[in-house]
Amino acid sequence: MSEKTVDRSKRRFLIAATSAVGGVAALGGTVPFVMSMFPSERAKAAGAPVEVDISKVEPGMLLNVEWRGKPVWVVNRSPEMMDLLVKHDDKLTDPKSEAKQQPDYCKNAGRSIKPNISVLVGICTHLGCSPTFRKDVGAADLGADWPGGFFCPCHGSKFDLAGRVYKDVPAPTNLEVPPHKYISDTRLLIGEDSKGA
Amino acid sequence: MDKMTQLLGWVDDRFPLTKMWKEHLSEYYAPKNFNFWYFFGSLALLVLVIQILTGIFLTMNYKPDAEMAFASVEYIMRDVPGGWLIRYMHSTGASMFFVVVYLHMFRALLYGSYRGPRELLWIFGMFIYLALMAEAFFGYLLPWGQMSYWGAQVIVNLFNAIPVIGPDLSVWIRGDYVISDATLNRFFAFHVIAIPFVLAGLVVAHILALHEVGSNNPDGIEIKKNKDPVTHIPLDGIPFHPYYTVKDIVGVAVFLIIFFAIVFFAPEMGGYFIEDNNFLPADPFKTPPHIAPVWYFTPFYAILRAVPSFAGTQVWGVIAMGAAVVVLFFLPWLDKGKVKSIRYRGPIFKYALTAFIISFVGLGWLGVQPATPLYTKFAQFLSLVYFAFFFLMPWFTKLDNAKCKPEPERVTG
Amino acid sequence: MNTLNIAKKGLLLLGMLASAAAFASSEINLDKAPVNLGDQASLQRGVKTFATYCLNCHSAASMRYNRLQDIGMTEQQIKDTIITTDAKIGDLMKVAIDKKEAKVWFGAAPPDLSVIARARGADWLYTYLRGFYRDESRPTGWNNIAFDKVGMPHVLYELQGEQVLSHEGGEHGAAKLTLDKPGKMKPAEYDAMVGDLVNYLVFMGEPAKLKRGTYGIIAMLLLFALFAVSYQLKKEYWKDVH
Repeated sequence: MSEKTVDRSKRRFLIAATSAVGGVAALGGTVPFVMSMFPSERAKAAGAPVEVDISKVEPGMLLNVEWRGKPVWVVNRSPEMMDLLVKHDDKLTDPKSEAKQQPDYCKNAGRSIKPNISVLVGICTHLGCSPTFRKDVGAADLGADWPGGFFCPCHGSKFDLAGRVYKDVPAPTNLEVPPHKYISDTRLLIGEDSKGA
Repeated sequence: MDKMTQLLGWVDDRFPLTKMWKEHLSEYYAPKNFNFWYFFGSLALLVLVIQILTGIFLTMNYKPDAEMAFASVEYIMRDVPGGWLIRYMHSTGASMFFVVVYLHMFRALLYGSYRGPRELLWIFGMFIYLALMAEAFFGYLLPWGQMSYWGAQVIVNLFNAIPVIGPDLSVWIRGDYVISDATLNRFFAFHVIAIPFVLAGLVVAHILALHEVGSNNPDGIEIKKNKDPVTHIPLDGIPFHPYYTVKDIVGVAVFLIIFFAIVFFAPEMGGYFIEDNNFLPADPFKTPPHIAPVWYFTPFYAILRAVPSFAGTQVWGVIAMGAAVVVLFFLPWLDKGKVKSIRYRGPIFKYALTAFIISFVGLGWLGVQPATPLYTKFAQFLSLVYFAFFFLMPWFTKLDNAKCKPEPERVTG
Repeated sequence: MNTLNIAKKGLLLLGMLASAAAFASSEINLDKAPVNLGDQASLQRGVKTFATYCLNCHSAASMRYNRLQDIGMTEQQIKDTIITTDAKIGDLMKVAIDKKEAKVWFGAAPPDLSVIARARGADWLYTYLRGFYRDESRPTGWNNIAFDKVGMPHVLYELQGEQVLSHEGGEHGAAKLTLDKPGKMKPAEYDAMVGDLVNYLVFMGEPAKLKRGTYGIIAMLLLFALFAVSYQLKKEYWKDVH
């Protein structure tokens, strides 16, 4: 070995410098790999917004649409349904929709943009089953004061016609309202809103 | 920092961490005169890691189905964020693996690194080379382009030439009567799992065999012959860490410059790294006018085509092609030279090695060309030169001994 | 030095082989395609031609419509000028033609064109699309100097006009195409249109090409920096040795 003294501080500096540049290079190297695991263009295209013609949905009827692999319900609430909607806040867990289960523009009494058209993701917030549409007021199995809504057969969760969850059922939160907007009076776009979903 | 020492002690009581660090890095004494030719071992390891990493991420999106494979590669190129970069790294890595490995093997020819006591090291290396060729062959079918399909068809059909069992063997390998979805799926399994495991195991064996006897060097002398009387460290040895770790980082930086220059500016390399014809989806009904293997196989392909049919069978070309690879295994025993390194050999060995290089490169070029009568004559001549290098080696290395120079006692750098 | 002599002889041998190769090739002369991926206006004209004339029979099933944003088109422009079916902006450029029926009509199913520019090369495509000539012996009435007995008819004949094939100085002379019946476009105009189309096909073959050069420069700068600093580190440590 050499008899000259080792310049330790220079070595420390150079090790630090090489590590720094090497670190940046290595980090840069990981970028394409991490990026590649994000949704591809194909996944994004498949998850694209869905256009729905609501002109044929009669009052009292439900239209089932698929968006991002999920069922989305478009319900045309009849005047009777709308009347009954405001009468049972005391039976609901989150009547004012405080939990973030809907976009801000749907944080209202009907949880919708148009008062009569409800757009809801048809997946129970308990464990993911798809509830059934029970518009029959005062149904035998649901009680004389049942105003119409959704009943989940898996574990008995109940939601009203604005997707709000009843108290004392397994589901913890209201049904999710997806981002949506109206591109005309009869055309509804699910999956995109004016704020750029 | 004392916590670190405690933690290290805890681990060392249960796992030979510090022992391995010392044995293979900080107290592995390598000759101090390693030159340019000594970068390629660590670079080969780097390329293996690159291929595995990029391969894993390609497998996340590639579909090994005859109907979907070609389109899935384009899906990776366009729709997967950064997919094009991962694909180009993998295709460039495949060719660079062979560039690095051929240069690594050439170093052995220059300095006699295959000579005793490193025969087993050489043999492990040869098995790595075979596994690498198999890995490349299986991998090349996966894009399911015209070259992929027909290259595989030609090579698997070679097995037909084996007497008696040939045709049945080909069907068994393919899993079908022609290259098909069945073949694609099993080649995918070989390429992604089977051979990478084999390669990893062989690389470990290769490095263990090297460290057991110690590295050779450009002077071809054994540094263990001159040890310090007190420390028993070879006088011409330096610890691998930090000296060669730090030097290999420079090698890695230069290699990555070349590697990424290709990836970003010329990934197709004029059609040699990614072949034009492979952008046509595989068509079992349309044979391309020229079927040539990828550049790294072309020397052996040229030998295969050069050997004529004899006694009604084409099997001799297959045998010659196989022999061209197998003969390399015997190098440690064919070389009867007194010295290991070309620096101290006589002129005969130098001529012979030069002739060998010309034959290998020439055959490589001929392998890409169509097999015209003139080219076939050239290929036959160069094949003879190629084999002569090995078969005549016991004779000309002995002859050369009279003209070789005396080896130094200590390394010269 | 005798090694040098041997090396020289070897190189001479390789040189002979290489020049022999020049005679082995019997391909036609290809015209140079005016490819310029930086010319967005050209690429946009090219994709319009592509959508109008090619997408009826040929699919480009690896290419998404919204990828055209890379050449400066907005989603609205793409929807208005390129998408003629009810395809969505994120859809792939698929085509309605039935492959089996097409094979019956043309002898071969029209191939997907997503990567045709990488398979055939820009110059070949440029020559091909300008190389159709009348040939009564063919089922479609058309043949092509770049692709003998091609199954594709001359889709653009109304624009180019009709060419005929002749041979200079007898049957085995060089092939020559002359414009027998003019089309709606003058030859220079037609060539420019085909140039734009081929430019687009090159882009479509590898959209990533637009940006990989830029990333490459960043990578080179980073790696050269790594080389510089690691080399200094190596030199410092290797002062110990020798």
